[in-house]
Amino acid sequence: MKILGLFNYWMVILLMLVGLYMVIASSNLVKKIVGLNLFQASVFILYISLGKILGGTAPIFLKNAPDTVYSNPLPHVLILTAIVVGVAMTSLGLALIIRIRKAYGTIEEDEILEIENKQQ
Amino acid sequence: MNHHIVLRVVAKLLIPSILLFALYTQFHGDYGPGGGFQAGVIYTAAFILHTLVFGLENTKKIISPTLVQVLSAVGVILYASVGFASIFLGGNFLEYGALIPSALPHAANPGGQHLGILLVELGVGITVSSVILSIFYNFAAEDDSDIEADGIPNEKGKHE
Amino acid sequence: MLICAVVITLMRNLFAGAILLSIYSLLASTFFMTMDAVDVAFTEAAVGAGISTILVLATLLHVGHDTKPAKTLRVLPLLVTVFVAGLLIYGLHDMPGFGQANNPVHTHPIAEYYIENSESDTKSPNMVTAILASYRGYDTLGEVTVVFTAGIGVLLLLGGRRKNNKRKADPKIS
Repeated sequence: MKILGLFNYWMVILLMLVGLYMVIASSNLVKKIVGLNLFQASVFILYISLGKILGGTAPIFLKNAPDTVYSNPLPHVLILTAIVVGVAMTSLGLALIIRIRKAYGTIEEDEILEIENKQQ
Repeated sequence: MNHHIVLRVVAKLLIPSILLFALYTQFHGDYGPGGGFQAGVIYTAAFILHTLVFGLENTKKIISPTLVQVLSAVGVILYASVGFASIFLGGNFLEYGALIPSALPHAANPGGQHLGILLVELGVGITVSSVILSIFYNFAAEDDSDIEADGIPNEKGKHE
Repeated sequence: MLICAVVITLMRNLFAGAILLSIYSLLASTFFMTMDAVDVAFTEAAVGAGISTILVLATLLHVGHDTKPAKTLRVLPLLVTVFVAGLLIYGLHDMPGFGQANNPVHTHPIAEYYIENSESDTKSPNMVTAILASYRGYDTLGEVTVVFTAGIGVLLLLGGRRKNNKRKADPKIS
């Protein structure tokens, strides 16, 4: 029961690890950004899971039902803004990648390092 | 893209409804799900669809990059000026209760709060939509117009 | 979702990876829907599945679709990942059960205050909008500024050079 009750958090951990591994291990810069997105989404899922109350409903006020249980609206607000900032950050990263491609002709991290070493 | 008549007609049908839906999301955000962030993104989606079907140059004729850049600043300024307006009307920064004069204390003036939320969300919507459109212009405008012609349209149907 | 994420990791072709990322976002947004977070689901569907996919694809136009075939499983990143996994699973045991009404998140007085008073304070039935724009107005102002700054950043990285090429270094722009 305990394990089943924490199922969401297990999923969060697994997704987070996949994202983390992608960021560290892949040498392709676009893949790093994609991994960062996966990682980000797992954090969103963690927050939203925390805000859920079983049997609750969406936090939109119902006039004729004073006894309604609402889920916690605060995590929703935080994640809402985080998503938009996340896409702004992603676009900035991708713009940097395009510039790196223009400058080095590749987006593989180890090849960029090789070019750097040759120049020195 | 001139020979894809189905795409052109469907896009012409879809773009106004996407814009309308964005405006609904923007101004109905107080009552149902929605708000400035979502509305801005959906509004931009209509322009991106237009770019994909009719080409970047035609979209830039409708809404020029300069206008987009000015608008992205206008949204932030609108937001901040709501804050300053409430200072000048006797409240604290972003204390919307001061926006509409009433006998009630500022914290208990729902009318002013409502107006404030509406204006602030409008500011958010303008900024988000124009920033994302300007980012998209910059990404799409780089070069390679021949690759763009057969690369981007492939994924269009899946998102709109 | 997990399957989607793992497949993205293994995928060589970045184009397929981008589409899978879009599917992943769509799945995440349905998950948010079942978790009662309608606003968040809305945003994730529009932003994650729509805009960010388009941006990734636009980037792929410039940088090409294929990655180098990866070497064998890298040892150090794997070790780091396993270490982090250990820490997270250790922390997991102290997490309260999912969805219980007496979890610390829900018993903090601020959530209760928002739920009880946001409608009468702001005349806005959607609590998420009320908190976003009114109670946490400063926060959102900062957020909008961040988005604006990111727009300027992309403009500086990609846009400025194009104008210079066209107009031969207009001093006002550069």
